[in-house]
Amino acid sequence: MKADPDKLLSAYARSLGIAVHAFDDDKLPVLTVDFSSIIEGRPGAFHGGATSGLLETAGYAVLRSVLVEKGLDPQLKPINITVQFLSAGKQKKTYAQGRITRLGRRNANITVEAWQDDRNRPIATAVMNILMAERSI
Amino acid sequence: MPPDEWRMAKDLSAEKLKHCKPNRLRAMVRTMAKPLPPFDPKQALQFFCEHGHSGWLGLKYSGHGVDWVELELPWREDLLGEEDRHVLASGPIISLLDMASGMSIWNTKKVFAPIATLDLRVDYQRPAKERSSVLGRVECYRLTRSAAFVRGIAHDGNRDDPVATMAGVFMTIQKDPRSES
Repeated sequence: MKADPDKLLSAYARSLGIAVHAFDDDKLPVLTVDFSSIIEGRPGAFHGGATSGLLETAGYAVLRSVLVEKGLDPQLKPINITVQFLSAGKQKKTYAQGRITRLGRRNANITVEAWQDDRNRPIATAVMNILMAERSI
Repeated sequence: MPPDEWRMAKDLSAEKLKHCKPNRLRAMVRTMAKPLPPFDPKQALQFFCEHGHSGWLGLKYSGHGVDWVELELPWREDLLGEEDRHVLASGPIISLLDMASGMSIWNTKKVFAPIATLDLRVDYQRPAKERSSVLGRVECYRLTRSAAFVRGIAHDGNRDDPVATMAGVFMTIQKDPRSES
C-alpha cells in the first residue's frame, strides 16, 4: 500500500505551506516549502521555528509512509526533537527528507535533513524520537 | 529643547512630522537624542508580530522577569497536529519556544542584538489540553561573549505540569570576517 500524500501532512503543515515534493526511489517522501512572509524570522531569512516545523513534518512523513507500506496505522506521538541549525535559510524553496535510523516496536528514531540548492549542504538537521501507540477506540 | 535636539528635529522629514502634535514631536526627539532604551519584551513582541512567522502564529506577550520571558501561543484550528484531536501541533510549540528563547536573551542582555539558533532540543511530556493555548517560558541562564544558553518549558496553565521542556544554545551574529577587506 502506498501512502496518500495528503495524509502525510498535518493541518499545521498545510497552513505553513508544506507540500509533498516527490517520492524518491525508495518511495520515501521529500517535502518542500516555499519562502513566504509567514516563514520569515529575521528579515529575508527563515524563522528557526519554521525550519523546525518543516524538519519535524518530514520526520513524521517518512515514518508514516513506511508504516503504511507495512499495513500499520498507529497513532504517532512526539517524544523529542533536537534541531541543529547549520546556516541561515535564505529566501528560497526549501526541501526536507527524513530517514529512519531505527524502527522499533514502540519507538522510531529518525534523522532529518533540510536543504535549499545543494542537498550536500544542509541548512538544518534534526534527530527525533517518535512513539508509535495503538489507537484507542 | 537643547540646540542639538533642534538640529535632529530639523533633519526629520517635514512630511512625516506634519501631523505630529508638539509634545509627541518633543518626545520623539528626546528618544533620538538619548541612547536606546533597554529592551522591552512587550513592545518588541508587538513589533515582531506585525509580520513574519511570529505574526502568523499570533504570539502574545505573557510576562517577563530579569532573565526570563513568557509568551502565549493561542489555540487555532489550522495549527493542529492530528486530524481527530483538537491539540496544537508540536511544530508551533518549537516556534513559540524559539521565539521566547530569543526574547529571554535580549531581555537578559537588556539590548537587541542579532542572534542565530545553533541547537534547540524539545522533549514533549504530554499533549496540550484540547482547545488550550500554550505558554512558552524560557530563561537565559548563561551569557558568554559569543553564546547564550537557554532553558524553558511549554505549559498550558500550570507550570508544575509542563507540556514540554526545552534547552537551546544561540550564537551572537558577528560581522562576517570574509566580508571585510
